[in-house]
Amino acid sequence: MESYGSLETHLRKARSNGRKILVPYVTAGYSPEWIDTLHHVAAAGADAIEVGIPFSDPIMDGPVIQAASTLALNRGVTPLSLLNELSSESFDVPLVVMTYCNLLFHAGIERFGGWLSEAKIGGTIFPDLPLEESEEWSSFAATKDIDNVMLVSPVTSEERAKIIADRSRGFVYGIGLMGVTGVRSTLEESASQIAVRLKAVTDRPVLIGIGISNKDQARTVGSIADGVIVGSALVKLLLDGGGPQGAFDFISSLREGLDEIDG
Amino acid sequence: MTVDHEVDLAADFDGKFGPFGGRYVPESLMAALAELEDVFNDATRDPVFMETYREILRSYGGRPSPITKCHNLSRELGVELYLKREDLNHTGSHKINNVIGQALLTKRMGKSRMIAETGAGQHGVATATAAALLGLKCTVYMGEVDTERQALNVFRMKLLGAEVIAVKSGSRTLKDAINEAMREWVACVEDTHYCIGSAMGPHPYPYMVRQFQRIIGDEAKAQLLDEFQLSPDYVIACVGGGSNAIGTFTAFVETDSKIVGVEPEGGAAIARGVLGVIHGMRSQFIQDEFGQLEEAHSISAGLDYPGVGPEHAHLAQSGRATYATVNDQEVLDAFQRCSRSEGIIPALEPAHALAYLFREAGGEIPLGSSVLLTMSGRGDKDSEQVAKILGYLK
Repeated sequence: MESYGSLETHLRKARSNGRKILVPYVTAGYSPEWIDTLHHVAAAGADAIEVGIPFSDPIMDGPVIQAASTLALNRGVTPLSLLNELSSESFDVPLVVMTYCNLLFHAGIERFGGWLSEAKIGGTIFPDLPLEESEEWSSFAATKDIDNVMLVSPVTSEERAKIIADRSRGFVYGIGLMGVTGVRSTLEESASQIAVRLKAVTDRPVLIGIGISNKDQARTVGSIADGVIVGSALVKLLLDGGGPQGAFDFISSLREGLDEIDG
Repeated sequence: MTVDHEVDLAADFDGKFGPFGGRYVPESLMAALAELEDVFNDATRDPVFMETYREILRSYGGRPSPITKCHNLSRELGVELYLKREDLNHTGSHKINNVIGQALLTKRMGKSRMIAETGAGQHGVATATAAALLGLKCTVYMGEVDTERQALNVFRMKLLGAEVIAVKSGSRTLKDAINEAMREWVACVEDTHYCIGSAMGPHPYPYMVRQFQRIIGDEAKAQLLDEFQLSPDYVIACVGGGSNAIGTFTAFVETDSKIVGVEPEGGAAIARGVLGVIHGMRSQFIQDEFGQLEEAHSISAGLDYPGVGPEHAHLAQSGRATYATVNDQEVLDAFQRCSRSEGIIPALEPAHALAYLFREAGGEIPLGSSVLLTMSGRGDKDSEQVAKILGYLK
């Protein structure tokens, strides 16, 4: 039987308790209060938190997360400085780093893995590291109890979706729509469709992200998938000055929405 | 003169040039790249497709472009200089060779729209031109800084029916235009082809663009043999992403010619870059100590790219080609000298190749050598910018 990393074990346990999984995304270093924001988001009922390490050329991100990344980079943060900040903190929920693979390859797999390990990171998401190129990192990450999460898109074939779900660790990231990250006023049908498709091919937790911006959307997708990832809507609130308390209120409302779903 | 331009049909080429190349893109684009690869391989084995491609380049693009022996510069420099005149192509540069190929592929895939990034605007103008010719919709992404430097090309693209989007993110130059085009492509990949302008990006682009550009070197090699009975001692071209250079070099890789790529000092991804994975490919990029991509700085918007196509990185690593750098002042001098001595106003991009030759004739390049240099574009687009730098215009 497959043994799971800490991240996946944590998420499977939440699921078996009948709980829908909520993973908010926060851009690391967007403001000096980003660590405080993470604590508030955790307290509001997140099951894990996606921490975005800013990259200069984020091709999978829309204007909101680009703006947060630019703010952070202009403050002079580096991947190492951000991970160092995390290493002296402690959270009740696992952290998953989301960033682009050049930062991984530039540092080198062993060194980057070491930094993540020091910061007690439980998983990674590299949106530009496809199935064919992921093996080296996934294997190394596993030795550090880091789950490398892989993504499936609305146009991924059934056969390929199965392979990706099998090779993914932690959870499977279902891309909710054909587009980059961003706030969308209406939920695309593709979000529910990818959830249905993935649930049919894997027993691994299935989380849907991209284009999920509010409580209603979270509830709709969460009723099919095991949970949702909410990024741009939260980051936009933070960029608009909502602060850690605003983040707490927003994530609490999403939590509420997900808790209304009949298990 | 006949040019044998059969594409070398490397079946199942995996997109790796030694340790460089590959396909590093979001999962949402993987299916489109696989489709593009299949359609490209299929099309280039289809004699009807290849004949259409060649016919358009002949009757519309003006191919074959001539070879000009530069008597005046040859005398001044003490070498025999031959220019491959891609500046005489329709739209004023080598870019037309690639966009005609990709526009035909767009039709073949049943897609109705092309998007493109552009730096100096040459690739944007060429893409807008091919789109107009073949009845495709077209959107061009251009860094805001470049839309100011090359305002006339923005107008030309609009005149040709394209929509031009000024990209305001990041450094607002070519690298950011590529990011924005990629983001747009993720959202509209079903009916839209991304027409990348250089031999860079995820597989199959570096290979495909090379195949559409190798007509430069294939023609030049045959012309030098037919008209001058020679095989050049040196083959020189400028390198930004590297499409005119790889299109020239490919015909000479298996010969004894020495091959030199010339990069701008402020954007020398081979001289100053390190290994990285950005814009869908593993190659050399100018980065900071943590792997953030840095901005390129050069007088030429067309070479303002902090990376380089993966095949150049491979040719450099294997030693088959060497790569040199020149600075902006040398380029400005070369721009003026070529104009005065030969009556040819070069684009600032090939002025880099000329600058290297002017500096090294009698040095790295021994006196008496025969030199093929690709004049990848004409300088009309740069005249206003240079006039301002030289103080003729405000």
